[in-house]
Amino acid sequence: MRYAMLIDTKKCVGCSDCVVACQNENRVPIGYCRDWVIEHAKGTFPNVSIELRSERCNHCENSPCVRCCPTGASHYEEGGLVMVDRGACIGCGACVQSCPYNARYSHPDGFVDKCSFCNHRLEEGKNPSCVSVCPTSCMYFGDIDDEQSQLSQLLKNRTWKVLAPEVGTKPQIYYLT
Amino acid sequence: MNEEILISGRMNPHIDPTLGIWGWEIPLYLFLGGLAAGILFFAALYSLLGKEKELPTAVRKATFLVPVILMVGLGALFLDLKNKLYFWQLYTTIRIESPMSWGAWILMLITPLSMAWCLSYWRDLIPNWTWQVKYLEWIEEFVQKYRKAFAWTMIISSVILGIYTGILLSAFNARPLWNTSILGPLFLVSGLSTGAATIMWLSKEKLERSLFSKIDLLLIGIEVFFIIHLFMGFMASNAAQIEAAQLFLGGAYTLPFWGGVVLLGLVVPAILEVMELRGKHIPVAFPAILILVGGLVFRFIMVEAGQISQYLY
Repeated sequence: MRYAMLIDTKKCVGCSDCVVACQNENRVPIGYCRDWVIEHAKGTFPNVSIELRSERCNHCENSPCVRCCPTGASHYEEGGLVMVDRGACIGCGACVQSCPYNARYSHPDGFVDKCSFCNHRLEEGKNPSCVSVCPTSCMYFGDIDDEQSQLSQLLKNRTWKVLAPEVGTKPQIYYLT
Repeated sequence: MNEEILISGRMNPHIDPTLGIWGWEIPLYLFLGGLAAGILFFAALYSLLGKEKELPTAVRKATFLVPVILMVGLGALFLDLKNKLYFWQLYTTIRIESPMSWGAWILMLITPLSMAWCLSYWRDLIPNWTWQVKYLEWIEEFVQKYRKAFAWTMIISSVILGIYTGILLSAFNARPLWNTSILGPLFLVSGLSTGAATIMWLSKEKLERSLFSKIDLLLIGIEVFFIIHLFMGFMASNAAQIEAAQLFLGGAYTLPFWGGVVLLGLVVPAILEVMELRGKHIPVAFPAILILVGGLVFRFIMVEAGQISQYLY
């Protein structure tokens, strides 16, 4: 089993509902966020296009943050989740440096925090909170190893990309383009 | 013109708009670690070569600074931690893949090693000293008895410490400016150079001074070569590294780096040392201070600029 997330950039309207849902669900301190929306405009006027992306920790298969952690606080869990053990984190900042997506932040309480794919909800069989609140249903969550999952089917039939694949982290958030 | 605009909704403290999770603590520590490694390396090297009498500053005197330097460095590292009371967790595990982990362990080895080395020369400093605590005397005898094994351990661990200060940064593939394997050797050579400059500064013997002046010249030469090599590597690399190099080739760090580090920290002291060797009288503190400050500024610039450099996607 390998958890992955898929976001349809053609359906996303950039409302930031996913951001607010996450902040509520995970009690993210005020002024911080675990997920965020990027508006990426490119082209030559008048031929311009805008891509909207909801971004977060990519739960990479080859995670530099897990590799560089000196205490083992950053670790893999079942389904490929990249998690932080708060009790083992000394807040050295190495993992923050190691993430090409800058997905981690230093929590005011002294540990490093980031998206957990709402693993407490996954245990109850629910989707991550960002996925479940999305008003345009542009986000999908599932098992990428299961060929019958909606996520796998979409990846088979649509064009997609991952962010900064050249860094070699094997990110597990896919964007339909 | 083809344009790209990225608007981000993220504004996490110390992460946005540019990364700044490491402040002054890490570059100061990298400098002190390199300096300590440099002094210990020469002490162990010349002890092994049997030059204890000819080079008293290198083998004995300068090493008394090392425990202090390491303590301050460790203090800086400790201050960098956001969860300070959990620092001991570094020593409940060894993680081979994490440079931070084996850095912590090598410090755990080299700090007591340097203390024991100083202890073995303590009576040089205060001749009629008597130890109040029995086991300190025992350590003193032990080091004197196994001096050679001690020196070998110190030489190896000081090279690891010196090179680790660079590898700590170069292991981060997310930061294009750091992600180059030349950074380890460059930081090692820079550390050895600051160590040699310190010994040169402290030394009262003419022979020792001119020897370390020559050693320092050689190290400066290697350092300049490595710096050229570093930028050649960047320019022949991918877009992210070319962009990272631009920070130093026209960008915000151009003057501090080429003016402050390369010119004032390497070229000028090298010229002063050559003049001194040719018989001109130059106060030894001048080149030594320039090299030390240059080394410190170099690490501050590399840590700060490295955090700015990133992959755009």
